[in-house]
Amino acid sequence: MRIDVQVVSKSFGGFRALHDVTLVVPQGSLTALLGPSGSGKSTLLRIIAGLETPDSGSVLIDGKDVTAAKVQDRCIGFVFQHYAAFAHMSVRENVAFGLRIRKRPKAEVRERVDELLDLVGLRKWAGQRPDQLSGGQRQRMALARALAVAPRVLLLDEPFGALDANVRTELRRWLRRLHDEQHVTTVLVTHDQEEALDVADTIAVMNTAEIQQVGSPRDVYDKPATEFVMGFLGPVSRIGGRLVRPHDVTVSLAAAPGAIEAVVSRVVHLGFEVRIELELLDGEVARAQLTRAQTDELGLGPGDIVYVKSPAPEVALTL
Amino acid sequence: MRISRRATLSLRAVALLYLTLLLLLPLAVVFARTFEHGIAAAWGWMTTPAAISAFWLTVLVAVIAVPLNTIFGIGCALVLVRGRRRGRALLDALLDLPFLVSPVIIGLALILVYGENGWFGKWFADHGISIIYAVPGIVIATIFVSLPFVVREVAPVLIEVGDAQEQAAATLGASSWQTFWRVTLPSIRWGVAYGVVLTTARALGEIGAVLVVSSNVAGSTLTLPLLVYQRSSQIGSQSITSAYAAATELAVMSLVVLLAMTLLGPRRREAQ
Amino acid sequence: MLYLSVIVLIPLAAVAAKAFSGGLGSFWDAISNPVALQALAVTLGASLLVGAIGAVMGTVVAWVLVRDSFPGKRLVNALIDLPFALPTIVVGLTLLALYGPDSPFGVHLAYTRAAVLIALLFVTLPFVVRSVQPVLIELDPDVEEAAASLGASNTTTFRRIVLPALRPAILSGAALAFARSVGEIGSLVLIVGKVQIASIVIFADIESDAPQAAAALSVMLLTVSLVVLLVLRRVGGRVAH
Repeated sequence: MRIDVQVVSKSFGGFRALHDVTLVVPQGSLTALLGPSGSGKSTLLRIIAGLETPDSGSVLIDGKDVTAAKVQDRCIGFVFQHYAAFAHMSVRENVAFGLRIRKRPKAEVRERVDELLDLVGLRKWAGQRPDQLSGGQRQRMALARALAVAPRVLLLDEPFGALDANVRTELRRWLRRLHDEQHVTTVLVTHDQEEALDVADTIAVMNTAEIQQVGSPRDVYDKPATEFVMGFLGPVSRIGGRLVRPHDVTVSLAAAPGAIEAVVSRVVHLGFEVRIELELLDGEVARAQLTRAQTDELGLGPGDIVYVKSPAPEVALTL
Repeated sequence: MRISRRATLSLRAVALLYLTLLLLLPLAVVFARTFEHGIAAAWGWMTTPAAISAFWLTVLVAVIAVPLNTIFGIGCALVLVRGRRRGRALLDALLDLPFLVSPVIIGLALILVYGENGWFGKWFADHGISIIYAVPGIVIATIFVSLPFVVREVAPVLIEVGDAQEQAAATLGASSWQTFWRVTLPSIRWGVAYGVVLTTARALGEIGAVLVVSSNVAGSTLTLPLLVYQRSSQIGSQSITSAYAAATELAVMSLVVLLAMTLLGPRRREAQ
Repeated sequence: MLYLSVIVLIPLAAVAAKAFSGGLGSFWDAISNPVALQALAVTLGASLLVGAIGAVMGTVVAWVLVRDSFPGKRLVNALIDLPFALPTIVVGLTLLALYGPDSPFGVHLAYTRAAVLIALLFVTLPFVVRSVQPVLIELDPDVEEAAASLGASNTTTFRRIVLPALRPAILSGAALAFARSVGEIGSLVLIVGKVQIASIVIFADIESDAPQAAAALSVMLLTVSLVVLLVLRRVGGRVAH
């Protein structure tokens, strides 16, 4: 189900959360809303869900205007950062909730819940209470619960934010696999650019109430539309007035036209790659990323004077 | 802090002595005095027609007041915690009033409003309903004094639990009523239970306001606490013993309440 | 909201109305008669004293319940709630039994101010204890250990570290105890004798068909106790509800 957000604005008291935001979420895609806290991404998600109402603009799901529709009527699935598990119900009862509300026959409910519990790997825990589960398990339960009513759209609000790093990575992969199987239009809110790059088909980068760029992971990383997008998606250095990715910086011992003089302040060996921290002549601090081979070839050490250059304009961002 | 053994023991002794003198001694005396002349005599005093009707009147008043205050309390807590900001401070302050105002003043207030010459009293009198000096007055007085307990117990629990579960229920299609019944209410059940126990204790033991609004006629408007008062005010050792008998009934009821409080107490903040 | 109004707001407004129904002059007369004034003074004095004693003893009891352990502690802890559960008239009766003419110990305190104090201390016991206990439990033992490692004696640690942390809770409990004492009647009505207690005087006024005097004294009592409470809250800081 395709989602259309049209010129949506929202303020909370004096704080402007969204300003004239327009976005199209293609049917069946997994779109990430990526941005720092306060960028408006959660607000946008909640407006799509119906948990907040926009001050102006409209939301369409599958071509139908749902702006005025209550959250109960939108047939969406929502997964919260802190699970929002029904603490007094078992895992099975949690997952069955949406179906029981719709007064489905018991046999159908049982069958569907079993199917979902198998899908998320929680069948053995069906009778337990949420507080007896780990964070990752609770979130999988929350996903199963959201999927139980076959929602048209699945919305996830920083779903892995409260989990340990390794659980996060595991669940992230698992979500992608699930999406590949189920093909439900999914929108994921995250502040973690690695997560967005790893999981999403489309990334919408947001900052201070606006969408700065929408594109594939490759597009937003390699062809950032703004300085902010470039800086948010990965590390950047400013060399000669241009923003450059560390792995795009060329370091040489000989002066060359367009190269800037710099002093090596640190050489950090990070396993297979080497990070060179530099202090440029104009006072800026920059980083270059080289392979071990390149570093050895140049024989770099702290205090050395080198000449750094950003690559041809179509790769770096010129402002 | 590591306190010396001596200091620990002295503190313990002081605390326990204080508690014994203040709490246990009086309780012991009540029971001793009640059964001073034998169990049969005590039982006799507890089963006089006046005593029996006093008991049932007390129970009746509680049975009316407690559910009303519970429903009000849950609703009020929801408004306080989940509702709009406006008027919240006022509501909060109003809920403190039954605690701050002396029961006697409450009784006076009710007479001024619902008594024969009171603001609404005339209307009731014209329709042949008597509030003051009759059971309805006792009920209203009891409702007033036991009003805030459920709200005050449920509100913190509501805050602690948060509204994420309720939002989740909404996304799953539950209407407001379904969400309240299936999600909110179960999450606050221990707070409600404890609040109900406190309300019941207050309702059973109310005397100050009821002293003022009741006509103290045995058999119709005499509650158990009023019976104790009446019997103690009469001269003669028989009366005192009969007063103790009624007091023992109340004490036993309150020990049951105390047991409920102790069992429910630890559970009430469990928000999981 | 309607429920609240019918039950609470309107009746209290009626009291205020009645108090001034004879005009400001007669309100003043009712207030300034010696019995009323004495009742106010005695009641407020007793309530403040109860607040103070309750604060100290309540803190001691809370301390013992949290930091000490002995057989039967759980039972003692449960008993703290007894004053909340026991009807006040029963409290009054037992005090009459203990300290009245029939006293088993030959102590005849009934009908004196001492008896009033004891009754009020009974009734207000749980306020300070239950207010202080949770704060004591939450106290970080690390802070006290840090003080000790820096050379502070137990008394110093208590005075400078523990007590300040407990102060809001103690004051909050004491304020509740004060408020309760000011309005208390059930436990006092049997043992008060000639001691002038405001709530008893109000009761007497109602019974002797002087509702205006009763209302005037009520308004006075409420106003003064509200002022004291506000001062206590300002001094102590509000503990979260």
